[in-house]
Amino acid sequence: MEEKEYTISVLTEDKPGLLNKLTIIMSRRKININSLNVSTTEVDGVSRYSIVATATKQDLEKVVKQIRKLVDVLGSFLYDENEIYYQEIALYKLSLEVFQRNGLLEKLIRHHGAKIMAIEDNQIVIEKTGTKQETHELYEALGPYDILEFARSGRVAISKSNRRTEAFIRELETSQSNTLSIKEF
Amino acid sequence: MEVLVKNPEKKIQTERLTGSEAILKCLISEGVETIFGYPGGAIMPVYDALYDYEDKLRHILARHEQGAIHAAQGFARCSGKVGVCFATSGPGATNLITGITDAQIDSTPIVCITGQVTSHLLGSDAFQETDIIGISMPVTKWNFQVTRPEEIPMALAKAFYIAQSGRPGPVLIDITKDAQQQSFDFAYEPCERIRSYQPYPELKEKPLRMAAELINQAKKPYLLFGQGVALSGAEKELEAFIEKTGIPTASTLLGLSSFSTKHPLYVGYTGMHGNYGPNVKTNECDVFIAIGMRFDDRVTGDVATYAKQAKVIHIELDPAEINKNIQTEVAINGDAKQALKALLQLVNENSHSEWLQEFHACAEIEMEKAIKKSIQPNTELMTMAEVVRKLSDKTQGKSVIVTDVGQHQMMAGRYYQFDQIKSHITSGGLGTMGFGLPAAIGAKLGEPNREVIAIIGDGGFQMTIQELGVIMQYQIGVKILILNNNFLGMVRQWQQLFFDKRYSFTELDNPDFIKIAEGYRIPAQRVEARADLEAALDQWLNGNGSSLLEVVVEKEENVFPMVPSGSCVSKIRLE
Repeated sequence: MEEKEYTISVLTEDKPGLLNKLTIIMSRRKININSLNVSTTEVDGVSRYSIVATATKQDLEKVVKQIRKLVDVLGSFLYDENEIYYQEIALYKLSLEVFQRNGLLEKLIRHHGAKIMAIEDNQIVIEKTGTKQETHELYEALGPYDILEFARSGRVAISKSNRRTEAFIRELETSQSNTLSIKEF
Repeated sequence: MEVLVKNPEKKIQTERLTGSEAILKCLISEGVETIFGYPGGAIMPVYDALYDYEDKLRHILARHEQGAIHAAQGFARCSGKVGVCFATSGPGATNLITGITDAQIDSTPIVCITGQVTSHLLGSDAFQETDIIGISMPVTKWNFQVTRPEEIPMALAKAFYIAQSGRPGPVLIDITKDAQQQSFDFAYEPCERIRSYQPYPELKEKPLRMAAELINQAKKPYLLFGQGVALSGAEKELEAFIEKTGIPTASTLLGLSSFSTKHPLYVGYTGMHGNYGPNVKTNECDVFIAIGMRFDDRVTGDVATYAKQAKVIHIELDPAEINKNIQTEVAINGDAKQALKALLQLVNENSHSEWLQEFHACAEIEMEKAIKKSIQPNTELMTMAEVVRKLSDKTQGKSVIVTDVGQHQMMAGRYYQFDQIKSHITSGGLGTMGFGLPAAIGAKLGEPNREVIAIIGDGGFQMTIQELGVIMQYQIGVKILILNNNFLGMVRQWQQLFFDKRYSFTELDNPDFIKIAEGYRIPAQRVEARADLEAALDQWLNGNGSSLLEVVVEKEENVFPMVPSGSCVSKIRLE
C-alpha cells in the first residue's frame, strides 16, 4: 500500500499529558509526525489536535483506532487531503535593507498573497497563509534575498462533513455504551 | 476534575477526612477487601491510615512490588474482581511496571495506587521522585496524578470504572504525599459514565445477521475463542452456541478452561505449541469464527498465510482489535456474552460430523507423533508433559492452574485437561517469567475454596522466589510444583532448533529448592524416580496448607508440535 500524507483530527478533553499519550501511539509504529497543532474548539473544554503524518492508510486507520481508545479522547478521524479544509501559516524574516534595495520584492509578496506583518529594528517579517506547497513557493522565491529566519506552523484543519462538534459530544454524553445491556434481536 | 454525574438537587453528606483515609474509604465503597502492596516514604500516610482499617481491608505485604502486582493480577483473573496494589514512589512505582504491562496486554482489571513526593517537589529530582505518570502512559488503560485531596474521590471512582468496564486493564493513580496528608470534605460517588469513554459499543443487528447467514451456510466452520469469553462471563453462552451449531471449537492459550477440554466438540488449543488439528484446519475451514481474541502472532504465525481461504467473523469488544492483524468479513463489535446471546437466536441447529472427524484424524496423528512421546516417554527422568498429565488426572482437571512462562507453561496448556471454568491463569501476551508464584498467591486469596496449583520452571521460580515469604506469613495454601530441568528450557529449545545447539547462557546451577522452601517453613519434597511420583503427588496435594513439590525432569525435553515463529500455521512441526 502506498504511503501518503494524511491528516488525523482528534477531539479530546482538555487534559494535561494527553499530547504525550497520543504521540507515543505514533512513535510505537515508527510513524513520523510531519506537523502537529493543538487548539481549542468552539466547545468549552474540548481541544482539537490536527496531526499530519505520512504513512499507509491501513496503518493510520489502526493508529486512529488506538488513539480513539485513550480514555480522554472524544473522537479520532482520518482524513485524506480532499476531505478537509486546511491551512498553514509561515513567517519569513528579511533584512530591511535588502528589502528596500530590491523594489521587486513588494510585488513578489503581493503576487504570493502574503503580507508584511512587522517592520522593526532593520528587519521585516512577512506572513503568508496557505498550503505547505504555497508557503514553500514563497520560500523559494525569497531564497535569493537572504532569508534570516523562517518558520512554518502545523496544519490546522476542519472537516468538510456537516457534523457539529457539539452534537457529536451530546451523542457521546447520552449514549447507552457506558454500561453493558443485553439486547434482544 | 469535572463532575461526572450532575445532580444539583441531591444533598451530599460529607465528612472531614485526610486524603489517606479518603483513599481507603473509596476502596471500601468499591467493594475492595484485599490489597497487595509494599510501603515506603511517599505512601506512609496511607499505610498509617491502613493501621486503623485492618478489620475492613486485608493488606498482603509482598516481598517486592513486582510480587504485589502479579498477586493482584492472579487475584483479579481468578475472582473477576479488580486487583488493588499499593506502592511507594520511585523504585516502588517502577517495580510495578512489568506487572502493569502484563495486565495491559492480558486485559486484567487492576488499580495501582502509588505514593508520590510532595507536590511542590514535583519535577525537582527529589528523593525517590519518578515521573511514573510518564513511564506508565503506554502501558496503562488510564493514569492520573492527584495533587490535591479533593481530587481523590473522583480519581478513584474513575479508576475503578475504567479498570473493569469494557476491555479491562490496569489503571494507575499517583497521589502526592501532601494530598494524602491534607484534610478535606469527603463524599464518594461511583463513576457511571465518562463521555469520552464508550466501553460497550452498541451491538448492531446487520453484522449479526450476516454472521448468522455465513455460519448457517458453512460446510467447514471453525470456532476459536480467547479470554474475552471469560472476561465477559460468556462460558454458558459459548457452550450453548457450540452445541447448537455443532462447530468444532478451539481455544487460545488465554481462552483455556472457558470450555471443557472434555467436550466432544472441543478440538484443542491453537497457536505456536497448540494442537495439530486446530492449527492445520485454520487453513482449511470455510468460515472462521473468532470470539474475544486478538490474533496474536503466537496464534497466527505468518498472517499472510493465515486463514486466507476462510470468511472471518470476528466478535470483539475492542474496536482497535478489529482488522488489526487479520482482515475480517464480518466484524461484530461488542461484548462476547451479549453477541453470543443474540447470535444464538439467529443460527440454525446443525452438526458437522464429517468435518469434526477430520480434526479427530489430526488428533490421532498428533497422538502418534508427538503426544505419546511426551506423556509415555521412555526417558530415564520424567518429562514435564507426563507430570502435568498425571496432575491433571489426579485433580480431574478441576484445579486452578497458575503457570509461569516457558516450556512448563506450554506443557500445562497442552496436557492439563481443564474441566472447570476460570481455572487457567498465565502470562500470555507479555510472557513474564516470575509471574507464576505471586499470581498463584493472589489466585488463592481470590478463590480460597479452590485448589490453586502453581506450575513453575526452575528459572522463573527464582525470579520471584522471595514471595515464598508471603505464603509463610499469611499461611496461603498454594501448592507449588517446580519442574526442574536445570535449564531455561524454552530458550534452550530454540537454541537447539534454530541456533545450532549453541546453548548460550541457558544452563542453570540451581540452589537446593527444598532447603529454601524449608527455610520459609513450607513443607517440600523432591522426586526424581518415576515410580515415586504418584505417592509424592498424593502427599503434596493432601491438606490445606502450602506445599512444594520439585520434580526433576529430563534436561532436554522439547515442546512439540511447534509452529516456528513467523511461519505458516499449516507448516506446524510434529517432531
